[in-house]
Amino acid sequence: MTIRQNKTGVVVMWILLTFMALVTLLPLSLMVLNSFKTRMEIVRNPLALPKIFSGINYKNAWIQGQVSQAAINSILLVAGTLLITIISSCMAAYALARKKLRFSNGISVYFLVCNTIPKQLFIIPLFFILQKMGLIDNLIPMMFVYSAIYSPFAIFLLYSYFMGISKDIINSAVIDGATSWQIFWKIVLPLVRPGILTVALIVGLWCWNEFLFAVTFLQTDKVITLAVKFYGFTSRYVTEWGSMMAFAVMVSVPIILFFIFLQNRFIDGMTAGGVKG
Amino acid sequence: MINFSIILVPALATIYLSFTDWNGLGSPKFNGLYNFITLLHNPNFYTAIINNIKWTIYFLIVPIILGLVIAVVLLFFRRGKTIFQSIFFIPQIISPVVICAVFSSMILHPRSGILGYINSIGILPFKLINPLTQIGKSLWTCMFIDCWHWWGFLAVVFLAAMRQVDESIIEAAEIDGAGFWRKLLFVIIPSIKGNIMFMMLMTIIWSFLTFDYIWILTGGGPANSSEMLSTLSYRASFYVHDVGMGSAISLVMSLLAGIVIVFYVRMQLQHEEEAA
Repeated sequence: MTIRQNKTGVVVMWILLTFMALVTLLPLSLMVLNSFKTRMEIVRNPLALPKIFSGINYKNAWIQGQVSQAAINSILLVAGTLLITIISSCMAAYALARKKLRFSNGISVYFLVCNTIPKQLFIIPLFFILQKMGLIDNLIPMMFVYSAIYSPFAIFLLYSYFMGISKDIINSAVIDGATSWQIFWKIVLPLVRPGILTVALIVGLWCWNEFLFAVTFLQTDKVITLAVKFYGFTSRYVTEWGSMMAFAVMVSVPIILFFIFLQNRFIDGMTAGGVKG
Repeated sequence: MINFSIILVPALATIYLSFTDWNGLGSPKFNGLYNFITLLHNPNFYTAIINNIKWTIYFLIVPIILGLVIAVVLLFFRRGKTIFQSIFFIPQIISPVVICAVFSSMILHPRSGILGYINSIGILPFKLINPLTQIGKSLWTCMFIDCWHWWGFLAVVFLAAMRQVDESIIEAAEIDGAGFWRKLLFVIIPSIKGNIMFMMLMTIIWSFLTFDYIWILTGGGPANSSEMLSTLSYRASFYVHDVGMGSAISLVMSLLAGIVIVFYVRMQLQHEEEAA
């Protein structure tokens, strides 16, 4: 897009963007900076650079916060949720996109509603039902709960990918005598691999960060996730700011790394809903 | 019909979840409208509703305008567009727990935060007080922090929408002698009206359900001043063990959001029909 740009305009734009970028990055850089400082250094000046970059806060946070166990729990939870979500949503989205089923319009509406339905509407009864069944404090039911929450999103994103596949490919496979399972596994799935990756990234991110359900349903150290563990850590070691920030860095770094390498997928996937509407 | 049963797998799980709220309402002891009547006599309920409305209005105005302004700037910006876009998007992917901890301990904390630092070097004639602990300011502080992580996402969404605007329309406007402001107001903004409307609808829905930031930053305090329907309901169910009451509040909240959801679904369906 072209526009005649006058100098003052460009300068104002630069100033505005730089200012907003600073506002965005300041809290994050404070987090990283202070994770290397001692408590005295933080109290003296939170903005100053650390005198020596010491990893002692990371060591303390790792041990006191039992980060390794919580990280394993988070990873297991994310992996399990992704497995369930992707398998079921791929099949559902494929069916919605390809097969003209009766009620398929009704099903679309149902998923649309699920996409926006308040979590709080079912968290309370769900908690007491799971408690009666003895499934609280267990990662496996959690995976099913998460995939139930996130699969409407996954189905809708995948639906648009499935819709993009040309009918000719499928028709020619049918002529060659492929069964519907063969078509699904051998032809369709490889074609929507980018869509699956996008879904995996975003659902994985949401699971990793999810707070309300995790804090309600997971209570003991054996199953607690990284985000909830961090929340507990901040209320327990209130003045250990250095270790707190070190912990915060450890929670965020995996996501930020994924974001740096695959940011277009993140942005496309997360904005898809907004742009389509 | 193998595929039909396959659709039902995720659907059943979700149907199961969404239907269970009836069990929650018809709790072991049926007490009719008692919960709702008690709720109407609870002053915190009104605080929460008013706070929810304030939250909705704030989020309909501040982040959306900020997002639009930055999106427009990025649209006309030549170099470094992607870098700025990524920077603005980063807060969206960081866990709310982490964001809250950084803000409350590194920025607003009277000893370890920037606020404490400003007090200790004494450049201001008065002492700053942590706004999260002040009755009139805690809600606004939570809004600010939530907005900090949210507006960048909106900017990226709006930018993506603006890029899809047909360039020939803009060129036509240029030939007709439209300046920057006219192009913006009469061509670009109207073309992405659908996206703005959509994000506004979503904002209203999310505003009624907002929980994480308030719960982590203030827990609804001090003195219930930043209470929202969600925190009220959560505390009633899991701390005061009045599950019926918690469910009643949740239901009120969901009904309020539900009205908007109906609009949302109708909008989506219309959109699909147009596309088809």
